[in-house]
Amino acid sequence: MAEPLAIEAIGLRKRFGATQALDGVDLGIEPGRVLGVLGPNGAGKTTTVRVLTTLLRPDAGHARVAGVDVLAQPGLVRARIGVTGQSATLDELLSGRQNLVMVGELSRLGRRRAATRADELLERFDLVDAADRMVKGYSGGMRRRLDLAASLVTRPPVLFLDEPTTGLDPTSRLRMWGIVRELVADGTTVLLTTQYLDEADELADQIVVIDHGRVIAEGTAAQLKAQVGGERLALRVGRDVVDAAAGVLRSYATAPVEHLDDGHLSVQVDQRSGLITEVVRALDTNDIEVDEIELRRPSLDDVFFQLTGTHTDVAAPGTDPPPDHDHDHDMQGVPA
Amino acid sequence: MSTSTLELRPDAATGVSGRATSWLRDVWVMTRRNLIHVRREPQQLSDATIQPVLFTVLFVSIFSASMVLPGGGDPKDFLVPGLLALNLTTGSVGTAIGLASDLHSGVIERLRTLPMSQASVLFGRSISDLLATTLCAVIVLVTGWFLGWRPTTGVLSILAGFALVVFFGYAISWFCGCLGLLIGEPESAQGIAFILLFPLAFVSNAFAATQGMPTVLRVIANWNPVSAVTAAVRELFGNPNPSSTIEVWPMQHPVWAAALWSVAILVVCATTATWLYRRHTAD
Repeated sequence: MAEPLAIEAIGLRKRFGATQALDGVDLGIEPGRVLGVLGPNGAGKTTTVRVLTTLLRPDAGHARVAGVDVLAQPGLVRARIGVTGQSATLDELLSGRQNLVMVGELSRLGRRRAATRADELLERFDLVDAADRMVKGYSGGMRRRLDLAASLVTRPPVLFLDEPTTGLDPTSRLRMWGIVRELVADGTTVLLTTQYLDEADELADQIVVIDHGRVIAEGTAAQLKAQVGGERLALRVGRDVVDAAAGVLRSYATAPVEHLDDGHLSVQVDQRSGLITEVVRALDTNDIEVDEIELRRPSLDDVFFQLTGTHTDVAAPGTDPPPDHDHDHDMQGVPA
Repeated sequence: MSTSTLELRPDAATGVSGRATSWLRDVWVMTRRNLIHVRREPQQLSDATIQPVLFTVLFVSIFSASMVLPGGGDPKDFLVPGLLALNLTTGSVGTAIGLASDLHSGVIERLRTLPMSQASVLFGRSISDLLATTLCAVIVLVTGWFLGWRPTTGVLSILAGFALVVFFGYAISWFCGCLGLLIGEPESAQGIAFILLFPLAFVSNAFAATQGMPTVLRVIANWNPVSAVTAAVRELFGNPNPSSTIEVWPMQHPVWAAALWSVAILVVCATTATWLYRRHTAD
């Protein structure tokens, strides 16, 4: 491709004590596209982001972001990126507006432009009413929005989002997705880390799957799913009969039966007419009652399971994101 | 996204003067941010306001009653310069707490990703703490005045003594800055800074003439930078200074010794703090 990559990492390695956090990470994404970095906790996603955003010097390897070598000219890279980490990086004792103005001034916008830009962002992220209150009193959702706003002060061409929706309620997640799509429509390149396969599926043009500090798979969501192959039969039975049900399913399976939590089972099958009827009948013969049954295309979670042998936190179909720790149900506006 | 016509690429700092201006602006932004903190949480200033009044009143009223100075003189006049040194030494703990809190809260993560001068985070902290130090010194002297302390030299000499002890406090605050960056957790930083600074402040001539101390303590005290500062302030204020008869270089030339100590501590600790602040990042 003629166009240079907006983010490019080659052979990143980083060791913390006995842990090889990054063990040769290569990745890249063209301008104006979204790269999803997928992996379980401790896979090396955050370490990768910290290296790419100048926060951490790697032991080996190099990286270019927005055309600038991260190690040679970190200051110039900082002028071209926005970063939103997993935890909010805000000044609790300043108001939302003061935080944004401070970031603008430190980004060398000058006081007046920093103030104008702060107003624009407060408007855009529905924080106008809370603008002059201390961040200390903000809810988790408001902090996330302000944190993202702080990353966008200079309209950076490259944006890093480290698990932007972890801990958010479903409504807030959808809203965050909408914001990311808008930014990408405006030409921003986004690197997004996530544990949520549906999130990568929704937003990412390209996906790299990281585990134990290595890229273990990459491609589009469709390419990754194609790697897994056949359709899958997912079903739920009583917890006490899970093993018996797995025994029955084994004769229909083209790969080992996967036990998910709470009586959920998933198995790769060769789809043919009458298969579901046959399976249900066989289970019935064994006195196993089926609570739910579904034939579906492979999801990214299946990809993940096949690559790493473990499921992500939100593996089972239809499972909601983990409960939020903060009172986050206010992405729609400011609490009264 | 709103398509504003504002060009938001940050200004490129060009040339030495451009960079210096940007640096000063960053330091000012950081200083202002710390001052907003003080306005929002005035209790942060208790080390610089309540503590000096408390220490000065207690120490002067308890010690001065039964104190007899070698070479004579009013114990109150002897004690107030010592209190100045004590308060400015221990008051610097605020820098350790402030930096550790910033590290702990994660706001520094944001600052590190901005195209600002990274050292200005530390300089901004040191400037706002310098203002607190100055306030603290004024409060010690005002409290001392009410208790009967009197300088006997001219205005310039008194101002020089004041500036010297504030400069020493500034240098010590960089030492505390290093501790804050190393420890990174506000409560531990405070605890460890006090453990290191209290002996430094007390094994000195601040509250007792060193002549009466056991040999080991006496040698340490005579070379302690706090002793040099205290002796220098006593000289410059025209207050009793029993250390002037001690035949070691810092006690014979306390103003020079205090200035040299302060510069040395400042250079070493500012360099170390800057290194500590950037040790893991790409620059």
